[in-house]
Amino acid sequence: MARQMKDLSVRRSDTRKLILGLISIGLGLLVILVFNRPFSSSTVSTFLMTPGGYTEGVMDDILVPARMSLWISGGIMILAGLYHLFVGFGKKETTFLILFSILFVFSFLVYVSADKRINIASLFSSALSMAVPITLGAFSGILCERSGVVNIAIEGMMLMGAMVGSIVGSVTGSIWLGLIAAMLSSALLALVHAWLSIKYKINQIISGTVINIFSTGMTSFISSMFLQNIQSLNKTPRFPNVSIPLLSKIPFFGPVLFSNSLFVYGMILLLVVLQFALFRTRWGLRLRSVGEHPKAADTLGINVYRTRYMAVILGGLVAGFGGAYFSLGSVGRFDEGMTAGKGFIGLAAMIFGGWIPFKAMLAGILFGFADALASSVSILRSPIPGQFINMLPYIVTIVVLAGVVGSGSGPAAAGTPYDKE
Amino acid sequence: MANQTPPNNQPTEEKTGTVEIFMEELGRKPERRQSWLGRFWTSIQIPFLAILSGLLLGSVIIILTSANVYSGFRDGFLPGIKAIGNAIVGAYTPLFAGAFGSPSRIIEALRTGERIGRAFKPFTQSLVETTPYLLSGLAMALGFRAGVFNVGGEGQIYIGAVVATYVGLSFTGLPQAIHMPFAMLAGLLGGALWGFIPGWLKAKTGSHEVINTIMMNYIALRLIEYLLTGPMTRTGSGGMPISNTVEPSARIPMMFDPPITLHWGFVLSIVVAILVWFMLFKTTWGFNLQIAGANKYAAKYAGLNINLWTVMGMTLSGALAGLCGSTQVLGVTYSMGLGVSAGYGFDSIALALLANNNPLGCILSALLFGLLRTGSRTMMSNTGIPLDIVSIIQAFILMFIAAPAIIRTVYRLKGPKESDKQLVNVSNWGGN
Repeated sequence: MARQMKDLSVRRSDTRKLILGLISIGLGLLVILVFNRPFSSSTVSTFLMTPGGYTEGVMDDILVPARMSLWISGGIMILAGLYHLFVGFGKKETTFLILFSILFVFSFLVYVSADKRINIASLFSSALSMAVPITLGAFSGILCERSGVVNIAIEGMMLMGAMVGSIVGSVTGSIWLGLIAAMLSSALLALVHAWLSIKYKINQIISGTVINIFSTGMTSFISSMFLQNIQSLNKTPRFPNVSIPLLSKIPFFGPVLFSNSLFVYGMILLLVVLQFALFRTRWGLRLRSVGEHPKAADTLGINVYRTRYMAVILGGLVAGFGGAYFSLGSVGRFDEGMTAGKGFIGLAAMIFGGWIPFKAMLAGILFGFADALASSVSILRSPIPGQFINMLPYIVTIVVLAGVVGSGSGPAAAGTPYDKE
Repeated sequence: MANQTPPNNQPTEEKTGTVEIFMEELGRKPERRQSWLGRFWTSIQIPFLAILSGLLLGSVIIILTSANVYSGFRDGFLPGIKAIGNAIVGAYTPLFAGAFGSPSRIIEALRTGERIGRAFKPFTQSLVETTPYLLSGLAMALGFRAGVFNVGGEGQIYIGAVVATYVGLSFTGLPQAIHMPFAMLAGLLGGALWGFIPGWLKAKTGSHEVINTIMMNYIALRLIEYLLTGPMTRTGSGGMPISNTVEPSARIPMMFDPPITLHWGFVLSIVVAILVWFMLFKTTWGFNLQIAGANKYAAKYAGLNINLWTVMGMTLSGALAGLCGSTQVLGVTYSMGLGVSAGYGFDSIALALLANNNPLGCILSALLFGLLRTGSRTMMSNTGIPLDIVSIIQAFILMFIAAPAIIRTVYRLKGPKESDKQLVNVSNWGGN
């Protein structure tokens, strides 16, 4: 049995090497043969390095000679692909993939901005803010699934949080009360999810679907009944951008990283707390053990039900925080269906990040980057439609789940109700 | 804790082999004989009470959001109660009139033989709305029977619709007898492809179909956005995501004269339901599909190729959803837009489970959903209560269907708890 497994994994890594190698070479050829084509040797791509309207942390524009840089990066990509095909990067495969992707994105940016200007700093800064709901959705998913409860209701919880946050924020005029209400409302939905899936042991995906249908219906109902008619109910103050003194004066990094909405800082704070709590505390160990092997955890005296209830409700609070981003953090009002599937992409980021908060955040930023890139590409009127760049996160998730890149196995007991005998 | 669920309720673990299941079946006591009426009641009480409770909770929401009720209670207790009554009657009367047609008009039309079309228009409109629900519900039911949870109905409907639109508008001069079936079939195949991909991925790599189908939904959506604003956009649409109208030869013919807009796709969907029922319950093929879905260990023991049946289940489920998309385009909208599926892909999950994944039951629950949806349009235009109340009611119905224990507790039903079998049999997350 063990030998079979080993054979299987060797075979699998061989096919993986083949596929990845061929893809790398293909993309390298794409860069050299297709991207490079229309340019003369004097074509220059202009990268603006300061977001519009910033006076601190200004950095000069970078002029990139298009043709030469595409030749170089395409060449490196092909060489790396060949190396991976015949020799293999072995354990450094992840590093290879990351560097490779960076090169490809760079080539792509050069390609779309040839003879034009693209604001790299705005791109990164909007990628970071677009990553917020995705990452928070992923954190919510991690909390739930690490305890053994699958939560596809994050989308619905976020939607509810966004609406309640907007209403309470508008009525009270306080962003903080709005935020708290948003978190509580989606924790309430999480409680229902926990109650249905832990007490009644109904299929957790169905229970999640119930909550998604309910939230979509309820938010649209209230929106078209009240919010669209009564403006004062849907005009909330927003969280302001906060610049961190000194750090925000660093060229490029200052405006991008250290002058952001509180949601971005909250996300990073939550990352630190979650990463530490899950993997360095007794609480986290217990939570994870309930998700991996509830029977063993129960035998050791851990209350499986209570742990799961707690984890799901905490997940709901986090999802509500993410939902509040849409109304309180971004536009200052609620629109129907404004989460636009970000909760589901959050699940994808969770899987891509291997159920680990830190990696999930990187995945979230990657997905946010794809979103930001798609919108700036459509502004530049490039021949590649933005919708295809928008598709990338979904395709990447499918590829990751299929085990071609990284591993796709989550907590062992996720999705299984626990029966105490 | 009172969690004495019997062993057959438990998730299949390694040790629950075929032999144990067999022994358990042998040891089971014969069920107490009931009259046919009693048996009928037992079989429908949960769905019936679930629908009832869903409608009740829907009315609670209508009451809570009605301004008249609050002003009524400000005047005193009795006016408040009266306002509640008014709110309910005021909401449900147009709902029923919108769904079935107004009784007086129907009687009038039948008596005088005039204006029959106008009198029956609401009910036939409900049937038009039933068609996509039925087809997408069948897709879900078939998937559940095959042990796959297809959350990708929405994407499959979109792909089916766009492929049917493409065929419908890019071939000209074909006779209707060829063009229309051709366009339908193309849509069906498009949906089948969109279902095949996650099915194949599940069989080949073990990655879970739920997350994959959700991802496929968004890929489909982006693809459609691109097609409708790019290559397939309507000439002069000014960037609106909408396609040209399909050729008249590709449209599904109407069953009656205008103003009734019921098309033959409705009959087709009923035929498909009977066909799916026949395939599932009267052929070896369907038996095998259901075994593969119900217990993969037993199926393996019986020599079935699980992977094959998984792929088949997903593909067929996608095909039915694709058919749903093409009938919508070729029978109702005639052009592809982003609103071609009004959430059918998700609502149909509730629909299929309400019908206990029985294709014939799906006809009834699709009719219910169609009536609700059409009726709520009239309700919205008469009373201003938004259409979305239907989604809320559907969510409640799904919740009660999935957790019959709630219904049993609330209505003090004595029914045996053992009969609360798992509604769906879906493998664990993450490909375990």
